[in-house]
This record gives sequence, C-alpha cells and structure tokens, in this order.
Amino acid sequence: MNVTGSDFTALLPLIILAVTAIVVMVGAAIRRSHALSASLTLIGLAISIGSLWIAAPLLPRQVTPLLMMDHYAVFYIGLIAASSIITVLLAYGYFEKYEGSHDELYILILVATLGSAVLVASSHFVSLFLGLELLSVSLYAMIAYPRRRPLPLEAGIKYLVLAAVSAAFLLFGMALVYGAFGTMEFGEIAARLARPDFNLWLVLPGTALIITGFGFKLALAPFHLWTPDVYEGAPAPVSAYIATVSKGAMFALLLRYFYQTGSHELEPLHLVFSIIAIASMFGGNILALLQNNVKRILAYSSIAHLGYLLVAFQASGDLAPTAVAFYLVAYFVTTFGAFGVVTVLSDGTRDADLIEDYRGLFWRRPAIAAIFTAMLFSLAGIPVTAGFIGKFYVVAAGASAAMWSLVVILVVTSAIGLFYYLRIVVALYSQSTQTPATTSLARPGVVSLIFLSAALIYLGLFPSPLLALIHRLMPGLI
Amino acid sequence: MTLLDALIAIPAAGFLITLLLPRDNPGLVRNFTLFVSLVVFLLSLGLIGPVQENPGVMHFETNVPWIDYPAIRYHVGVDGMSLWLIILSTLLTPICILVSWNYIQKRVKEFYAFLLLLLAGVTGVFVALDLFLFYVFWEVSLVPMYFLIGVWGHDRRIYAAVKFFLFTMAGSVLMLGAIIVLYLKGGSFDLPFLLDSMAKGGLVLNPGQQFWMFLAFFVAFAVKVPLFPLHTWLPDAHGEAPTAGSIMLASVLLKLGAYGLVRVCLPLFPRVARENADWIIGLAIIGIIYGALVAMVQPNMKRLVAYSSVSHLGFVVLGIFSFTQIGLDGAVYQMLNHGISTGALFMLVGYLYERRHSLEIADFGGVSSVAPWLSVMFVVTTLASIGLPLLNNFVGEYLVLQGAAQVNFTYAVFAAIGVILSACYMLWLVQRTFYGETPHEVAHHMKDFNAREWATMLPLLALMVWMGVYSQSFIPAITASNSRTLDMTRQSAVASQPQAPGPLARLKEIFHVR
Repeated sequence: MNVTGSDFTALLPLIILAVTAIVVMVGAAIRRSHALSASLTLIGLAISIGSLWIAAPLLPRQVTPLLMMDHYAVFYIGLIAASSIITVLLAYGYFEKYEGSHDELYILILVATLGSAVLVASSHFVSLFLGLELLSVSLYAMIAYPRRRPLPLEAGIKYLVLAAVSAAFLLFGMALVYGAFGTMEFGEIAARLARPDFNLWLVLPGTALIITGFGFKLALAPFHLWTPDVYEGAPAPVSAYIATVSKGAMFALLLRYFYQTGSHELEPLHLVFSIIAIASMFGGNILALLQNNVKRILAYSSIAHLGYLLVAFQASGDLAPTAVAFYLVAYFVTTFGAFGVVTVLSDGTRDADLIEDYRGLFWRRPAIAAIFTAMLFSLAGIPVTAGFIGKFYVVAAGASAAMWSLVVILVVTSAIGLFYYLRIVVALYSQSTQTPATTSLARPGVVSLIFLSAALIYLGLFPSPLLALIHRLMPGLI
Repeated sequence: MTLLDALIAIPAAGFLITLLLPRDNPGLVRNFTLFVSLVVFLLSLGLIGPVQENPGVMHFETNVPWIDYPAIRYHVGVDGMSLWLIILSTLLTPICILVSWNYIQKRVKEFYAFLLLLLAGVTGVFVALDLFLFYVFWEVSLVPMYFLIGVWGHDRRIYAAVKFFLFTMAGSVLMLGAIIVLYLKGGSFDLPFLLDSMAKGGLVLNPGQQFWMFLAFFVAFAVKVPLFPLHTWLPDAHGEAPTAGSIMLASVLLKLGAYGLVRVCLPLFPRVARENADWIIGLAIIGIIYGALVAMVQPNMKRLVAYSSVSHLGFVVLGIFSFTQIGLDGAVYQMLNHGISTGALFMLVGYLYERRHSLEIADFGGVSSVAPWLSVMFVVTTLASIGLPLLNNFVGEYLVLQGAAQVNFTYAVFAAIGVILSACYMLWLVQRTFYGETPHEVAHHMKDFNAREWATMLPLLALMVWMGVYSQSFIPAITASNSRTLDMTRQSAVASQPQAPGPLARLKEIFHVR
C-alpha cells in the first residue's frame, strides 16, 4: 500500500511525538539537564497538539490498514497530549527533589503518550497491540523510576507481571477472533459479524478473552487487584498518568472496537459487561471505605469510576459516546487535580499519601486544601464541578437506554462513595496544631493545579462548548 | 439581567471577592460582606411592588439556554409564594453577619464568604424554574452549610456536618434520578413546560411511575423539612452549628424542603399527592407531637429549639397536604413565621452562649435580673413561637388548623395538642433560664444587649408584631400563587381520572380502607 504525503500529514501528531522522544534522547546524551529535557518534552507535546489542526482538514483518513485517523482519534489524542503536559509539569516539581537522572522519565512519558495515541487511532489488532505494548513497557519503567525505593520497585514488578499476563489474554482472544474471521481489521470483523455464518464458539470466547485483557488495563473488577498496590507504590505523577491516560486510551479503544465491530451486541456479552460494571461500582466504592491511604482511596475510586463509564458504554445510542467523552475529560481533570495535590505536598523521601498527612491542611495551606476539596467534590459528583455534569450524562445515558438496575446501582454506589470522599474532606478541615507552612511548593505543579481547578469549575458551569466540540467530532465513530 | 439575576449574582460575586480579601484584616471582611448583604436585601425589596400587582404569575423571568445538550435552561422567576421566602433569606443574611461579628474569630474570611455563597444558593432554589437548575442550586446551598457546621461548629461538629451532608445528599440523589426520568419522558427540565404538557396530555405517566417519582421528590424534600422519621440529622446539626449557621439552617434551609413540596411535588404529581396525603399528614402529626415531647426533655437549649422546629415544620407539612386554600396559605405563612421566630430564638440562644459559654439549661438561671432587655426579647420571641395572638405564629397555626379541620377534624385536634405542648416546653425553658436563683457565673458574665445586638433583634421583633397584627400585608400574594397551585392539582386530578388506580389506592381497595 502506498503511503502518500497526506497520510503523513494526517499522522503528524503521532510523528511529532516520536520525533520529540528522539530529540529528548539525543539532548540527554549531549547534556543532562532536568529543565532542558522537561521543556523539550513540553514543546514537543504542544507542537503535537498544534499539529492536530493541520491534520484535521484531511480527516477522516485510513492510514494503512492499521490506523484510522478520524475526529474521534484526534479528540482523544488531544486529550492524551494535554494530560501528558500536566504530567510533565507535575513530575518536574516532584522529581526535582529526586537524586538521580531525570531525563529518561520524559522520554518514557513521550513513548507512553505515543503508545496511547496509537491505541485511540488503531483500527486493527496489530496496531492495537503495538500501541498497548508501547504504553505498558514505558509504564513499567515509569512506575519503578525511583528505583532505590522499595515501594515503587515492588509496584513496578507487580504491574509488569500482571500487564504481561493480561497482554497474553488479549493476544489469545485476538487469535480466536482471527481464527473465526480470518481478519484483524475492525471494519472487516464488523462485516463478518453482520452475516450469521460465523463460528460463534470461536468468537464468543475470543471476545471474552479480549474483554479480560481490557479489564486488566482498565482495572475493572474482578481484574482490579493490581490497582491499589501500583497506585500506592508508583510516584504520584505516574499514578496520575496510569489513572488517566492509560485508562482513558484503553477505554476509547474499547468503545471504538466494540461499537465499530458491533460485537458488544452479542447477547451473553451484555450480561458480562453488566456484571463487570456492577462488580466495579460496588467493589471500588466499598473497598475504598476501608482505606487509610489517599492514593489507595483514589485507586479504588478510579475502579468505581470506570464502572460508571461502563454503564454509559452499554447504553449505546447516540448519547453514549458523548457521555463517555465528557466523563473522561471530567475524570481526567479531577484525577490529575487530586493526584496533583498529592504530588505537590510530597517531599523527596516519601509521598504524602496517608490521610494523616492531610489532617488540618486547610489551616496550613488553605488554597491547596480548597483545590483538593473541589476535586473530591467533583469525584463525588456534586454540582458546579465537572464531575457532576459528567455523572449526569452517564446517568442520563443509562436511563435513556432504560437500564434501570444499572442506573440505580450507580446512584446507590455513588452515595456510598460520598463517605470516603467526605472522610478526606473532614480530615482537611479538622483542627490541627501544626503551624502554617512556610516552605513554598513547586511552581509548575501549583500552576497546573490552578489551571485544573479553573477547568473543573468552568466545565461544571459551562459544559456547552466542550459538548459542542464532542458533538462535532463524534459522529465519525458510528 | 433582571433584578432577580442580580440577587443571585451579587452574593456569588461577593463570595469570590471576599475570598480574595487580605486574610489579616477581618474588619474589612466583616464590613464588606455586611455591605454586600445589605445591598442585596435592599434590592430584594424592589421585588415586592411588581410581584404584588399580580402575584399569581411569574415576574422578573429570565429564560436563556445554559447547556445545549441536554437542553438545560437558566429559567428563573418569582411569584407571590417565593417572594417572601427570598426576602426572608436576604434579610437574615445581614443579621447573621452581625450576629457573628464577635463570635467568629478564626478563619473569618472563609466564614463570611460561605454565608454569601449560601445566600446565592438558597435564593437560586427559590427562583429556579428549571428542574436541573433547581437541583444545582439545591446542592450549592448544601456545601456552604456543611462547612459552616464542620469548621466553625462546636465539639461534635464533624459528626454533625457529615450526618447533615449524607442525609440531604441521599435524598437529593433520589430527586436527581426522578428529574432525569422526568426529562426523558417529558423532553424538558423546564417546570412550566412540563406542567403545561401534562395538562394538555402531551406527557402521560402511568400511576406506578407517578408514585415512584413522587416518592423520590418527596423523600428529598422531607429530609430537608425535616419530616418525622427523617429528622434525626437536625438536632445534631443545630446543636453543633455556630449561631449564624443555626439561624440560616432553621430559617431558610428547612424552608427549601417545604418550598419544594409546594412548587414541585404538588403540581407535578397532584393525584399521587392527594392519594398519599393521609399517611403524610399522619407523619406530620406524629412529628408535631413527637418533636414537642422530645423538646421538653432536652437539657441543651439549642437541641430544644431544634426539636421545636421539627414540631413547627410538622404544621407546615400538615397545611400543605390538607389541599385546602386556607391550609396551604397557612403553611406558607408558617414557613415565614418559623423563619423569623425560630431564627430569633437561635440568635438569642447564641447570645446567651457567647456570655456564659454553655448551652446547658442547668447552667443558667435568673438571667432576667442581670440582663433585663435580653430576657424581655427572649420572652416575646417565645410567646411568638408558641402562637400567642397578635404575634406572627398564631396566624399561621390558626390557618393550618382550620385547613386541617376542613379535611378531618381529628387532624386538627391532634395538631392542636402540639400547640399546647409547645407552650409547655418553651415556657419551662424561659422559667429555668431567666427566672429563679442567679448562679454566680451568670451574674458575673451576663451583660445586656449592646447596640449591634439590638440592631439584629429589632427588625425581627418588628416583623413578629407586624406579621401577627396585620397579616394582610403578606397573605394576599401567597393566596394568589397558592390558588394557582391548587387549581393545577384539581385540573390534573380530573384529567387523569379514567386511569387505573395507583398502587396505594389499590392496596386500600384490597383492605377496604376508605
């Protein structure tokens, strides 16, 4: 197949990400400088976002059978690259205190971002797996980056083992589906599925295994066991990256694969998705009640949030992709905000992740405490925050598909969720004997926190512009 | 931007500006927020003239799109019923700021900022005509109150704040669910539009749906009212809240629930509301008597007043579900009365606390001999609260009782027991606190009113007398808007007559209950 110039233009955002990774690598080889590597990364990410506008007029465009560059992909690539910018800003302040080389981290972030971008654009099992491995392998190293500390190392190895196992499930599932249809292209699979003459007993187990693979990466119950340990062990900015970019890209892909092929319409899979969603909502919210570690609470809460997303995913209809996209944006902003607070409060030796670390924070650092409160309220779905509007769309999507049991469980479990978010809020505002903090916090981290809270409130008050954007871009999917 | 929008926008802007004021200048914060709240109050008086000309319809309406998809509109308006509730809120906010002048000494800036945000939230609830907007304001009013209790409250403030938050939140989540279902069935969040399409038959809900959706709204509102047995958060919240928090909670926040019942529940689900009126009135009467009995044995003044609120709000629910014009008017009037007199009671209890640093009734005695004016004001407020003629509560309670008697005389008899009991516990409180021997600490610390405290007391005193002597200044506006609400419930009740009976009616048929 010929690759034309226009194809290159359409792929520009991805190419720029790859080039930036090489530039940072070469730069680090010439001169090791934390500031230089970080700024090169930021510039590369910004250019990559800018190039989305160059690529946009050519869309949608199938670039080789592997990649489908459409508006759907562009939306998520933009979201992923913007999230990586936040990650870099948070990581810069966090790793400034870390003794050791800093530059490789940024290369890893860039490669992981490239992998996520490939994931959301992939329309073929091969590119799916390629993107997934780019992302996962970078994440192994990112999690264990402070390699002299035992916790990150443990977390890294746990993630390595489980991610490798889940990749094996995914591969086996793909193999079965390929066995049934003789193709790995999503479009072809859709065409074959529409005809009744396929071997259901290859497709069903295959799809089930694919769901298992997705489930691991998305940390949906019952595949969630790695999540709290990895979140707790990984450096806070990396935990934020896993919670958002890695999961968001996977979810976007899940949506594309199942909606495009229509294989979520297979009768038994409905039940499977429902069970996974219910287990995630209950499991995440109830287990979070038992935690005393803020990072673990956020881990369990992210399990629950992915369960909510799965409700919207199942709703199908035209409200579902909108609800998912908006919810993901709100969830990204909120999760980065929450982990961002953990990040800026952490010092060089350990992360500020115990609830005790936050007791009376309001009396020491009122602004940070207020930001954290806003983020927790957004996670809990209280109005005037992005999280509320997001949850509203998810509930509306579920209700419009008349999935009453799922919607009721969503509502009930988010009421349970209030308890543990409030626990942190209560700690923030309880009386503390400590004197007001005098040390200043890392500037880039604080800047990104201010930006995130502004975005949180803006999306909570004026969701229309983002919705209009999603509406303009999403019809490309179905 | 109409006057009504300004009433929401000014406190909201005041909230943001207050947060930006310097931390080390509490005097500036107090003066600035007092100024903002007084401006809002004076502006809100401008609503009275136009609304009273024709109180049955919405005035100062703004209806602009807010979110395109799903279609959510910023639709606000004020009629005769919401008018007085808005003015009650705008009046009490400057009073609360003055009450807290010396009481709040730490985190001054945030305290006053939250009071302004609270005002913006409750005003929003009283004017919202889009159900989604209503819900948003409903929650916005919840958050500042949570902080007012949780940060500036007494010893068990965290427990009380969390309990308050979870109770209200659990209720409002149900409401959100019902709002979404209503949107999916009716295609809009707009309350007037939904009512219109119900009347014209465009939106038809089967009895089962009506019942469950009514229940969802009802529980959300009943928690806030609070209706027995959902009241348990109230004594804790009141007992632990700072004075200004208690005043706002009792005078304004509880009214949100009752307001929601009249504005949303009755017009949207008239048939189910009428069918279920019996057991709801039963709960209201249990609340009236139970609240009074429990108030009688409280050793803590604030908790005593809190339980008296449960009792008083029972009257409001009784009036609403009597479905008579006079009962409904009495209920709305009683909402205002309770706001004024219970607000004043909490304020006076707060003043006693500032002087004696205790809320236990046993720590007091003989206050009248050292602080005569404070005692006189307390006694007058008490008399108002127990329904002495010529003072405000008498009018409301009388109207409610008459409305209840029109439906079923037994209701009125049982509710009247509550009136008698309220005289018992309130007068006993007065006797133990203000008369008898004066303990040394009381004699030592009890000062009489200062100028600031007079400034907070006199407007409330004037209103107690005015509303008791000349209720005609207020009631015609309420009557006009209530009669429209009642018309709506009758029309829809007739229109949906041929449908199958609801689940409760069927149950009654089975058990041969009339």
